[in-house]
Amino acid sequence: MEWRDQGILLAVRRHGETSAIIEVFTEAHGRHAGVVRGGTSRKIAPILQPGAQLDVTWRARLEDHIGTFTVEPMRSRAAAVMGSRLALAGLNAVTGLLSFCLPEREAHPKLYGKTEPLMDLLGQDELWPLAYLRWELALLDEMGFGLDLVRCAVTGAREGLVFVSPKSGRAVSRAGAGDWADQLLPLPPLMLGQGEAPDEEIAQGFETTGYFLRHKLAQELVHKPLPEARQRFVDLFTRRMQRG
Amino acid sequence: MSSTRDIDALIEMMAKLPGLGPRSARRAVLHLIRKRALLLTPLADLMQTVAATARECLNCGNVGTSDICDICASEKRANGELCVVEDVADLWAMERAGVFKGRYHVLGGTLSALDAVGPEDLRIPKLVDRVTAENIAEVILALNATIDGQTTAHYIADQLEGSVKVTSLAQGVPIGGELDYLDDGTISAALKARRDV
Repeated sequence: MEWRDQGILLAVRRHGETSAIIEVFTEAHGRHAGVVRGGTSRKIAPILQPGAQLDVTWRARLEDHIGTFTVEPMRSRAAAVMGSRLALAGLNAVTGLLSFCLPEREAHPKLYGKTEPLMDLLGQDELWPLAYLRWELALLDEMGFGLDLVRCAVTGAREGLVFVSPKSGRAVSRAGAGDWADQLLPLPPLMLGQGEAPDEEIAQGFETTGYFLRHKLAQELVHKPLPEARQRFVDLFTRRMQRG
Repeated sequence: MSSTRDIDALIEMMAKLPGLGPRSARRAVLHLIRKRALLLTPLADLMQTVAATARECLNCGNVGTSDICDICASEKRANGELCVVEDVADLWAMERAGVFKGRYHVLGGTLSALDAVGPEDLRIPKLVDRVTAENIAEVILALNATIDGQTTAHYIADQLEGSVKVTSLAQGVPIGGELDYLDDGTISAALKARRDV
């Protein structure tokens, strides 16, 4: 068995004294693990930093074997993020979430297509949080918990949508919310593709996506608590916003 | 066969050590047996002693043979500087260089979302306590230049914000390093951290 693809390095674990087991998110093969011989060496270890864009070749005798990777670096993103708390937290959130929720060896080309540009934006702290929020929406969609924000779940109206139902993930208008408004999640205009996306609205968006990530994706699909890296990123973003 | 059972068991045990495999362990054991008086007996005595006395320093996490290690016990090392390292091996590397004259704090790992290592699993609360208790003026974060290492560094910097000066080791071209052989991340970090000559 052999294939070659490009992918984003999600995780590295030491394997024995000299090797490493890596997890790569590739376009055609999804989240895929494999052994890198000599992966802890001085030559290869700097390449194997989470977030790196790699050209990988996977080989195994049988398909269900873990197999070995040979890796060629394409872009290292570590240097771009190490100086920035927000970027570093963002990178950890993305790699942590992908590692957490993607099933192994199942291709998600659409999600991959949104992840690679997001990773390339790392380090641009003004643009990244909004791009990340959109990516979380895409992740929920890909995992089967996509939000339906087109019309009000109660009235069917397409205007005045300001809430999201935590139960159905559908938009709710102010008129449709009635007395239930305080139990609904916020739906800031930026999630409808409107307005200039101020930080306050992005934070509201994180509140809404965070609910579905925790209560739907983590509890119902993966049955484990969400990686803390996501909350650390949101906390850092909120702190930055509060400081102005 | 039974006459070599103990030796086989020793070889098996030695083969579990880092850097040794079954063949090299066999060679090492054979060498020890041949140099019984010179190596084997003193080594066995020392191992027994260390097994009985080795422990983690209650203050910094260094490994020593008393509750408080020599570095923490030395008044000369109380210069207001505290160097935070990931592992005891890193502390030993810093000591080998012989340039740092302050005290250390060993975290015992790094934060890792994937392996579910959180701040409470590391010695971060103890670090925060020490900064106040030992009148620390500067905390030097000597953590690895990896994603996990730097995530931990930023987390600690957040925890200590406003209470003490926090610095970190520089990143860039190593001594004797040739640009041609450096990865692009290191070159980029070195360029960002350039200074006047």
